[in-house]
Amino acid sequence: MSGAPPSSVRKGSAWAIWLPLALFVVFVVLVTVGLLRPADRNVASTLIDRPLPSFNLPSPLPGGAGLKSADLSGGRPRLLNIFASWCVPCRVEAPQLAQLAKAGVTIDGISVRDRPDALQAFLAENGNPYSRIGADNAGSVQLALGSSGVPETYVIDGKGRVRYQHIGEIRPEHVALLLGKLEAAK
Amino acid sequence: MIAELGLAALWLAAALAVLQLVGGALALTARGSALGDLVRPVAVVQGLLALVAFAALIRVFAVTDLSVRLVALNSHSMKPLVFKIAAAWGNHEGSMLLWVTVMGLAGGFVALVERRLPERTMLATLAGQAFVSLGFYAFLLIASNPFERLATPPAEGNGLNPLLQDLGLAFHPPTLYLGYVGLSVAFSFAIGALVTREVGPAFARAMRPWVLGAWIFLTLGITAGSYWAYYELGWGGWWFWDPVENASLMPWLAATALLHSCGVLAARNALRAWTIMLGVVAFSMSMVGTFLVRSGILTSVHAFAVDPQRGTFILALLAINIGGALTLFGLRAGTVTEGERFAVVSREGALVMNNVLLSAILGIVLFGTLYPLAAEAMGAKVSVGPPYFNPVSALFFVPMLVVLAVGPLLRWRQDKLDRIGKGLALPAAMVVVALLAVLMIGGAGLLPYLGLALGAGLAVASFLPLRDRNLRRTPLPIWGMVIAHFGVAVALLGMASESAYSVERLVALRVGESTAVGPWSVRLASVDPVAGPNWTALEGKLEVRYAGGAVEVARPQARNFWAPAQQTSESSLLTRWNGQLYSVLGEEASDNRWQVRLWWKPFVTLIWLGGMLIALGGVLAVIGHVLSDWRRIVARSRIADRRESQGR
Repeated sequence: MSGAPPSSVRKGSAWAIWLPLALFVVFVVLVTVGLLRPADRNVASTLIDRPLPSFNLPSPLPGGAGLKSADLSGGRPRLLNIFASWCVPCRVEAPQLAQLAKAGVTIDGISVRDRPDALQAFLAENGNPYSRIGADNAGSVQLALGSSGVPETYVIDGKGRVRYQHIGEIRPEHVALLLGKLEAAK
Repeated sequence: MIAELGLAALWLAAALAVLQLVGGALALTARGSALGDLVRPVAVVQGLLALVAFAALIRVFAVTDLSVRLVALNSHSMKPLVFKIAAAWGNHEGSMLLWVTVMGLAGGFVALVERRLPERTMLATLAGQAFVSLGFYAFLLIASNPFERLATPPAEGNGLNPLLQDLGLAFHPPTLYLGYVGLSVAFSFAIGALVTREVGPAFARAMRPWVLGAWIFLTLGITAGSYWAYYELGWGGWWFWDPVENASLMPWLAATALLHSCGVLAARNALRAWTIMLGVVAFSMSMVGTFLVRSGILTSVHAFAVDPQRGTFILALLAINIGGALTLFGLRAGTVTEGERFAVVSREGALVMNNVLLSAILGIVLFGTLYPLAAEAMGAKVSVGPPYFNPVSALFFVPMLVVLAVGPLLRWRQDKLDRIGKGLALPAAMVVVALLAVLMIGGAGLLPYLGLALGAGLAVASFLPLRDRNLRRTPLPIWGMVIAHFGVAVALLGMASESAYSVERLVALRVGESTAVGPWSVRLASVDPVAGPNWTALEGKLEVRYAGGAVEVARPQARNFWAPAQQTSESSLLTRWNGQLYSVLGEEASDNRWQVRLWWKPFVTLIWLGGMLIALGGVLAVIGHVLSDWRRIVARSRIADRRESQGR
């Protein structure tokens, strides 16, 4: 370590002294590039760009149509919203779903582990933006979709493939993002 | 009112940090400044004001004041009090306030008690500390005010992520933060020493308790975090090489290296520039860790803490602080005079080896953690996991264990290996015996075998430094070293045993049916609903017997939280002296069967026991160093008193 005379130590380590700074600059550049990239990186569902798992769910409400996976490949991109009447963030995102529905977006819903009366009350209170609703009483479709909780929203393209997964409630600032994703899925 | 009080205290604290920085910097100029005298008291008051702000935040969380935005977003009136309080730092703004509070208090404490260093170095150190704090104050006050009010308070709050509603985890972030902040003090000392070029044993002694303290908290934080991941996530694993785990491991590795080089600098006045460098690197790793966790730039199990915009802010702080420090290092390190010399075979030589190997492991972990990012910049998606980290880090970890066994036996300055050869015969024999034994049992891979054999040898070797010593008069730091090194051996044995001999079983059981895992027989007795304060759950009752012994009961749960709505699985752990039975209740499958996941993990608890021993070793060393410093100060003042009285 210290066998060499001081002068040669200093000469030899002149570049070594600046090496940490150089490595640090590389790190900063790297993570800056990483930060500036679009944010769809933390949406690592294995289903992205793959067809939906096939399912056929009954309607949770008397007289409804239910929802099956074939319904989602109707040629136009649409949203698939996983929700439940017992889920507080689902209430938070209701106005945004209404806004999206108003903008002409087709939204299908999957209600997870719900009761018809509770669901009815939820829709009466928060509005019903859904064109179809399927009842996933065992949560199995939710799992097959790779969804870990409620609410979650998927952008499905016209061929029934998952294009984007939005985890958590849709906040006002997410509406434009989802509209963009729907546009991109055309 | 309380929230406004907190905000006012925060602004005042920030203003004092400005004064501390400017005063310290002016006093360092050639002309000097009377402001220099203010720096110490200002540092103390700044810390106290930050504490007031943090106490105010705790208060608004404890009473669930939903008119405060942060409370509404992160708490809920239906939560147990301890989690209401923990929610205060279980979010971004609160954790930043905790950081700056601990940092302010640490700075104040240094200002109050540290009298060994030249005053100029102290001024530079405190100015450096103020500079780093100011970044965080600016962050809080400009970008993420924790005391922001809502115009219309909601009727109820959002709640805290259920995974975080766990007693162990409530204290995991503060523990790590104490570690990070301790390293920030070491960083400030390094900056102070670089500014005034006063690098020597006094500097190392002043810095050492902070490094040790930080290192203890990091050790505890990592140990607790690993145990949390083990039982709360329900995967049965204790280390995943997840980016965030790596983010806590990297500062620990750097702090471990720093700790050892600090010892060389304090005892032998060698490794001067290197110690400074490590002081900068250790804190850099803390900030890099915080950045990686908060920015969400890497996907990980800690996704709940993510916010890209804040990531940008932390990155800016990181770039300024660390970039500045490394530039200063580049400019000044060449002029720090060379330290004392030593031979390759010597205590110093072994500690240098230890430092090189630890740094290599640090480099490997950093590279593996950032590689996915680099690959993504090139357009490829990869994830780096155990197949890379395990063998590559083992490559350096194994020689480090050898150095760890040999190093403490060597003398300072110069020594001969044959002098200590005889003492090493016993641990070497242990390695051979253990290796033969595990090879005879069989059934595992190369790394676990190596781990078991080296762990056994190291367990013996760690006590060798006590040979030929009077145990009563052995200084506490030596005991600390012995226990910490023994802890490494214990943890290693636990890790190797867990990966070599774990048995896993995934079955679908009807109520009343039985299965077996390892030496255990397991019967699903019932599945019943239970309710907690803010969750409901299905609880399985498993009647288990170890090797035909008495019946014990394990109760794993599948929990549903309602604020926010989320499902978690509460695993059940049955601990015996020789391992743990780990059970998880999964989904109800068709035809009334329940998914039950079982693991028998022999000696897995040694992993965390080892971690605690390592931390305990650190505690003994801190006590020992602080006591001897204190005695030295008392003795010196006595001599001074005597001289004074004789002078009269």
